[in-house]
Amino acid sequence: MAEDGVAHHPSQEVHLADGATDVRALLSVRDLTVEFQTGQGRFDAVHRIGFDVARGQVLGVVGESGSGKSVTALALMRLLPDQAARISGGRIVFDGSDIVPMREAEMRRIRGRRIGMIFQDPTTSLNPIFTIGHQLREGLRLHLGLGRAAASRRAEELLGLVRLPSARAALDKYPHELSGGMRQRVMIAMALACEPQLLIADEPTTALDVTTQAQILELLRDLQQQMGMAIMLITHDLGVVAEFADAVQVMYAGRIVERASVERLFANPAHPYTQGLLHSMPALEEEDPPLLPAIPGMVASPFAMPEGCPFHPRCALASDACRAAVPPLNAIAPGHSAACWHVEAVMAA
Amino acid sequence: MLAYAARRLVILPLSLFLVVMVTFVVLRLTGNPVDIFLDVTSTPEQVAALTEKLHLDEPIPVQFLIFLRDLVQGDFGQSLQFNEPALQTVLQRLGGTLQLAGTGLLLAIVLGVTLGLVCAVWRDRLADLVISSLAVAGQSMPSFWLGILLIQLFALNLGWLPTSGAGGWRHIILPAITLATILLPNIVLITRASVLEMSGEQFVIAARAKGLSRLRVLLTHVLPVSLNPLLSFLGIQIGTLMGGSIITETIFAWPGVGRLMLTSISNRDVPVVEAGVLVIAIGIALTNLAVDLLQMLIDPRIRRH
Repeated sequence: MAEDGVAHHPSQEVHLADGATDVRALLSVRDLTVEFQTGQGRFDAVHRIGFDVARGQVLGVVGESGSGKSVTALALMRLLPDQAARISGGRIVFDGSDIVPMREAEMRRIRGRRIGMIFQDPTTSLNPIFTIGHQLREGLRLHLGLGRAAASRRAEELLGLVRLPSARAALDKYPHELSGGMRQRVMIAMALACEPQLLIADEPTTALDVTTQAQILELLRDLQQQMGMAIMLITHDLGVVAEFADAVQVMYAGRIVERASVERLFANPAHPYTQGLLHSMPALEEEDPPLLPAIPGMVASPFAMPEGCPFHPRCALASDACRAAVPPLNAIAPGHSAACWHVEAVMAA
Repeated sequence: MLAYAARRLVILPLSLFLVVMVTFVVLRLTGNPVDIFLDVTSTPEQVAALTEKLHLDEPIPVQFLIFLRDLVQGDFGQSLQFNEPALQTVLQRLGGTLQLAGTGLLLAIVLGVTLGLVCAVWRDRLADLVISSLAVAGQSMPSFWLGILLIQLFALNLGWLPTSGAGGWRHIILPAITLATILLPNIVLITRASVLEMSGEQFVIAARAKGLSRLRVLLTHVLPVSLNPLLSFLGIQIGTLMGGSIITETIFAWPGVGRLMLTSISNRDVPVVEAGVLVIAIGIALTNLAVDLLQMLIDPRIRRH
């Protein structure tokens, strides 16, 4: 499945060359740029990124805070804060139609119905003054035209589906009466209410404790297999990706720096940043783990992006070429691409 | 919630007792009703008779106890001005005040919340800048001055509305606007701030991600969670509203408790003042209780058991 999903998708530089989208893909993003306008100036939070998600595929998107992964997710929903951000270029082709130029009314028929979304913090994602049932029924009544009673029955089914204990009683509960893990289950139920083709999960386990994290991931995996939707799983946790995703793309400073199947990325990382991320993961087998190496330095401020490769100030392999020009995302093997001038040196290391 | 309401009602008489006591003592210390009601031609016998009738020859604490003894039997005494039971005098005018204060409050809330929403939605745009600036200016506008301006413009110059008094619906327009503007600027600014604060919450994005329209999220998600700060403000300001209605009723010669209180205070008509103060205090206490209960109803997190 994993190799499969990736193999369908030609590597990115092909798209950049002709800008064509993959008609077989559920989601095909090309040259997407998101510009932010703040008091300090303008910058591209996401710069000309392109990627595909196949039907039923789980794509992991990895990167540290500020890498542009959440902005990408909000752009896909067309829910960027409209005072501060806008899609300044590119196409987002979802199931055959470009959603970038879509009118808001059309977009509303996609949001919650064909693309569902869950968020990092389930506590703040639920309105504190309405019951779980009320908040679940909203989407069901809007998209499926269900009456109150039918929506309640469906809401109860959904809560059962996400394995919330005593689903019926939970309908009348308020968010603060549930635990964090239960709230995230509710959010998942809400996002999946209309059986969307794509689920965007923006750090769905980050705000939860470790045991709950594992349960929520397991639930997502089971539901994915059961319902067959594609998932775009945004995380900074490579462990989550290893367990769950088919393909993975690594983002740094608003660009995709590497993309591969999970197996390949973990076995043969081709970008120094990816390599750094992998090295900073603890290995479970070791009895007495050594101090984990960290990637030196910090992500550059969007207002002070270095010339050339944005990663070069933190990179041990940085050369004049890196300081001069941004490396393109080149295919280095079928289904594996990386944006680095020194791919061979990285892979040999 | 009901238990909470019951507890609040049980302690209500204590605060009412304090209000009644302070009012009584202050009025007795600041003037003698006998001097006001008997003119210079009155005989010493008449003075003595009235003094004794009102128990003014007793020390103030004793006077208060006598007053209290009658009060618990529901007897505030006779109004000195109107020569009828004081409570009856007050209750007769209560309707007028409720009508004016209710209309003013409703106007202030409907207009204030709407304008506050407009400011929040078009934040930093022209509409927001104009409304917010007017609201800030409005906060410093004394209501008696506004009332006089309104009379000048709409009653005297344009002749559209009556200058004062009560009668048909046309009579209530100017006093209601005057009273509403006491609270309106703050309602606009609080609604604006509260809605803006709540608009930044994650659940707003989550609700939009369900496919709800911007307007629907604003009205069914953001506005309800933004109401509690406004309700707290209204609870605190209900006293200000009563004070404002005294001024407004006086300017517009509106037959209400406010104007009655004003004349009764200057006449040292203690029974009427006491009855009025008690009625107003009960009104304010009940309003505050209603605000608390309403807030609990809106936000389940503050429901007490």
